[in-house]
Amino acid sequence: MAEMAFIHGYEAVGWGGINAGCHHFFGYPITPQNEITEFFARELPKIGGRFVQAESESAVGAMLFGAAAAGVRCMTSTASPGWGLMQEMLSHISWCELPCVVVDCQRGGPGQGTTRHAQTDYLSATRGGGQGGYKSIVLAPSSVQECHDLLQLGFYLADKYRILVVVLTDGILIQIAEPVELKTIDFGPLPPKDWALKGTAKKGGRWDLIHSTRGLILGGYTPIIKELHKKYHQIADLEVRYRTYQADDAELILIAYGYVARCCEGAVDMARAQGFKVGFIQPITLWPFPCEVVSQKASQGCKFLVVEDSMEQMFEDVKLSVEGKAEIHHLGLLSRHLPGEVGMLFPETVFEEVKKLL
Amino acid sequence: MNGEKKAVVKEKVYGPSELKLAFPMPSCPGCGHPLACKAIVEVLEELGIAGKSICVIGVGCAGMGFYMTKMDIAMAAHGPAPALATGIKQALFDDAIVFTVQGDGDCAAIGAGYLVNSAARADQITVFMFNNANYGTTGGQMAPTTLLGQVTTTTPMGRDAKRYGYPLHIPEMLVPIKGVVYSARSAVNSPANFQRTKKYAKTALQKQIDNVGFSFVEVLTACVVNWHMTPVDAMTWMEEKQIAEYPLGEFKNVASID
Repeated sequence: MAEMAFIHGYEAVGWGGINAGCHHFFGYPITPQNEITEFFARELPKIGGRFVQAESESAVGAMLFGAAAAGVRCMTSTASPGWGLMQEMLSHISWCELPCVVVDCQRGGPGQGTTRHAQTDYLSATRGGGQGGYKSIVLAPSSVQECHDLLQLGFYLADKYRILVVVLTDGILIQIAEPVELKTIDFGPLPPKDWALKGTAKKGGRWDLIHSTRGLILGGYTPIIKELHKKYHQIADLEVRYRTYQADDAELILIAYGYVARCCEGAVDMARAQGFKVGFIQPITLWPFPCEVVSQKASQGCKFLVVEDSMEQMFEDVKLSVEGKAEIHHLGLLSRHLPGEVGMLFPETVFEEVKKLL
Repeated sequence: MNGEKKAVVKEKVYGPSELKLAFPMPSCPGCGHPLACKAIVEVLEELGIAGKSICVIGVGCAGMGFYMTKMDIAMAAHGPAPALATGIKQALFDDAIVFTVQGDGDCAAIGAGYLVNSAARADQITVFMFNNANYGTTGGQMAPTTLLGQVTTTTPMGRDAKRYGYPLHIPEMLVPIKGVVYSARSAVNSPANFQRTKKYAKTALQKQIDNVGFSFVEVLTACVVNWHMTPVDAMTWMEEKQIAEYPLGEFKNVASID
């Protein structure tokens, strides 16, 4: 029997990680995710895990590289400026195909931006934020339950494909509290990590090199790129996840992720109550993006309204999916109820925009 | 001579380490790095930890020799090798011996922050910094360790303190950090100093085996190509100039942190 608990998003991220068997967390303080780092500092020693407070997000990235290379499940949590600083090592992690999970609790950017919620890291996360052109699987929870569940899915996918998984959340989702079913989710068997460094080559163990100059020293750069992109295509074919709501007969489809997805669900209910045929698609994987369902809806003649707490970022993916077949509108950060950092997108604002479009 | 032939008994007294693979060293002729690498590898065998050691290589020439050994190796970005080594050490729950091999640019410039914080955390790792007074891999630019007056490609008129600052003495700098239990500097310019390097490496790794704290060894190595010298001239220059600036010896050696 699973345990029900009324907990915050940051605790859900924490229990999600621990329920996935992650006993290694490397962190650095940054608002608005400090409660996640503090959660692991408190909980991991109780179960024999290891928590290290690093000197920077760059160092966090290096520690993740090391721990992942040694074959353990490891993670960190950061917020936008820290996400930016971490990119160098995340590129190396991606190139060396090391599985780990990074939670980005987005705050307003660029620069120091604001210390509260926003969705301004979408493009950076979905395009491979660092140098060189790589992909990470990007999961976007929209509830406290999903924070818990997607952390576990994230570790599974990371190990399955030897890839970096980013859980892209925001300052609101991790601060709200909701009832959550705490449970270990079984996603099925995984290949053994026989590639991990153990240091036992001299004693007859496997001899392993995990090095970022793999394209240089061993003389095969393009074959590695080819294999890497074969894997990305495979993920794009198999791992797309999304949720639809009232979308079957909709004339207008709202598309949103994270906390904004919740506003859109509310807006759909308001619109339906007044007879507007409005539906909703929530991408759960931001990469790979659910292009196909969006394209199908475009072919059926639906209009689209992309709602995101940023300027036009996810809008680009919707535009690529629609391929010019339908009207796309955008409701973004400038439609917050207040201009300061506490400003939010509300269901009423979305509903007002819906009425203009139908 | 009485014409009686004595049976010749051959006993192997010295040879390449079992860890060494049959690949040629990638370093330039006359480079000091392979000697420093050899000293560490021999120590790993002598301490009996070769079968549980992981080497973390920084970016640059310094660690290249370790690619030619049968050891597990991790290598990523320029600078954060101590943080990466800490990640491995935490993951393997102290069962492995983890050490980094970094150049002076990697360790003393871009990696100085990682080095100091790893030392402050008393991470149970060992850092080896090979100091050849320049950025060798990229063609001989100024490093923090470049001597005053030394000509490099980015100090074409010689390093002038007013414009480029002063040489950085890492082992001395680490001494007041409580987490550091061993800090030393050696060189590989003579058989005696090769033995000194082995002695320091052995002491540093023993600190890790005993879980005492963070240990550090700097090794002065010649870079004949970028110094534009013959190997013999390079040895003389190291003796007269480099060792004069960077004295050899143990700067810190404590049995425990208290």
